Amino acid sequence: MAKEPILSAKDVEIQFSLRGRKLTAIRKCSLDLYKGETLAIVGESGSGKSVFTKSFLGMLDANGKIIGGSIMYDGIDLSKYTTEKEWMTIRGKKISMVMQDPMTSLNPLKKIGKQIQESIEINQGIKGPQAKKMALDMLTKVGIPDPERRYNQYPHEFSGGMRQRVVIAIAVACHPDILICDEPTTALDVTIQAQILNLVRSLQEELKMTVVYITHDLGVVANVADRVAVMYAGQIVESGLVNEIFYDAWHPYTWALLSSLPQLGVKGEPLPTIEGTPPNLFNTIKGDAFAPRNKQALAIDFEEEPPFFKVSDTHIAKTWYLDPRAPKIEQPKSIRQLRSKMEGRR
Amino acid sequence: MPDREKLIEIKDLQISFGSGRKKFVAVDHVNFDIYKGETFSLVGESGSGKTTIGRAITRINPVSAGEIRFKGQVISGKISKELDLEVIKKCQMIFQDPMASLNERAKVDYIVSEGLINHHLYKDEADRKAKVEAALREVGLLPEFASRFPHEFSGGQRQRIGIARALIMQPEFVVADEPISALDVSIRAQVLNLLNQLQKTRGLTYLFIAHDLSVVRFISDRIAVIHKGRIVELAEAEELFLHPFHPYTKALLSAVPIPDPEIEKKKKLLVYDPSIHDYSVNKPIWEEILPGHFVYGNEKELEGYRKEI
Repeated sequence: MAKEPILSAKDVEIQFSLRGRKLTAIRKCSLDLYKGETLAIVGESGSGKSVFTKSFLGMLDANGKIIGGSIMYDGIDLSKYTTEKEWMTIRGKKISMVMQDPMTSLNPLKKIGKQIQESIEINQGIKGPQAKKMALDMLTKVGIPDPERRYNQYPHEFSGGMRQRVVIAIAVACHPDILICDEPTTALDVTIQAQILNLVRSLQEELKMTVVYITHDLGVVANVADRVAVMYAGQIVESGLVNEIFYDAWHPYTWALLSSLPQLGVKGEPLPTIEGTPPNLFNTIKGDAFAPRNKQALAIDFEEEPPFFKVSDTHIAKTWYLDPRAPKIEQPKSIRQLRSKMEGRR
Repeated sequence: MPDREKLIEIKDLQISFGSGRKKFVAVDHVNFDIYKGETFSLVGESGSGKTTIGRAITRINPVSAGEIRFKGQVISGKISKELDLEVIKKCQMIFQDPMASLNERAKVDYIVSEGLINHHLYKDEADRKAKVEAALREVGLLPEFASRFPHEFSGGQRQRIGIARALIMQPEFVVADEPISALDVSIRAQVLNLLNQLQKTRGLTYLFIAHDLSVVRFISDRIAVIHKGRIVELAEAEELFLHPFHPYTKALLSAVPIPDPEIEKKKKLLVYDPSIHDYSVNKPIWEEILPGHFVYGNEKELEGYRKEI
């Protein structure tokens, strides 16, 4: 890709200290974000997808620390930032985040309008009536009818979908370059979910933002993403264009994720599941982290960590399956049939 | 299928909260039957009253009009103590959020056997222990987990505890209120498999409450779509997906994300506008438009639906 990345994370390592023990949540994870694209990060809970993206805006919990690697944004290495003051130049202004649960991410004691205005006042230094006008504009922009009246209401007077719109308004109020949406629709109904996804898409076009979705819903991924990164046990194990991941995945974990979709199930037969549990990140992981859960694991998977292999210019996978020396392994049937199956379902 | 045994019959059910000026009718004119051994799903957005119906069947919410029958006996309103106990035993519920539905200060042993303790359904301590152990094994947990607290478990394991708690009462009918919505994708499949397997081994009947139609299709025999306290369409699962009639059902189906980028990027989202229904003159009815396929609408709308067949 000839395009220059807008943000480039390299070999990021993040450690948490818990009761004197060290938990390595992110193990040398690299990611490039390009201008205007939509990237979806998928993986099960605990795979580190939230932690990884939170480190871009200094929102790690107090016991977490970036211990290695670099996060280059606009010529600055964000991983060297330590103080709140430094982070405040990035957070909300350049990179913003929308959290999962709109019920908990708003202040219940403050008027909706004030909460948006606050973001504008702090980050842009615009005060008073002018900031209020911008807040009202933002409310209109995110599709909240009757903004004048809504401005003076409290979060409990809003429905879940409306609240999520407010959270988005706060996040984009300062026209950030990158918007990170952490499971933005998990707490919402399907119909509302579709509306919110459309809203983010239209804001993205208007403000020329790069959007990162963190989700475990592959349906949402298929809808929004240009590129997909699959995370497992603190690492990105496969990344590629959305079609490459859905139709031509190579990492066994991606296969497992795709084939455990309820939509692919046959009535009366058990759904394929991923056996076992993710590895304990307190321990050092040897070889491929997914190997113990992979029925088709190769001997080398337990010995040595696989490097990234190139599938195409845009598609890489971290699995020994792609090594020329590896025995020939076919993609599972259910993956190859995914497309025809889904088409039959419509 | 008129010869199938009806386990639950719901007739003209109305559930309201509050009284006088503050009265709010959450569920109105709801009619459906659940046959023995089937999985019946109730789908709708939040606030549509789907959970309220489930709770009414398990006698948590009182019914303001209409009746609910369990095995032919009326179980709504005032009933005898014996019948009440019977319903408590035979109708169990699995809750949505496994983080919130388990008592954090009680051990799994107590959580699972609380029903037994409340109704003295065990002979002695050894019998109770044995029952807890059997229930835990049945849901794929180890018996030694009984001495642990809920916070020591993952989301999927907690949901299994919730299922064990329902199973220990030897129910015939289980209301599963969004049992997998709060779980991770990989764990969803496991819990669905468990529910399916239990249905086979125990001959359970499920009322499955959900807002995600994609999951519902895989597990249900029949699906009812509910909107603002009213069931707008009811049909066999595949039938509903292939021939939805009611505009709300269509909107709901169009909103389901399909995990396929080609289809997903092309799809058009339908938005349901309730004001398209003009029920001022022509009153709507609950009509069987195809065998086993019911839809709610007035004469004119039904005519339109018939043309779509």
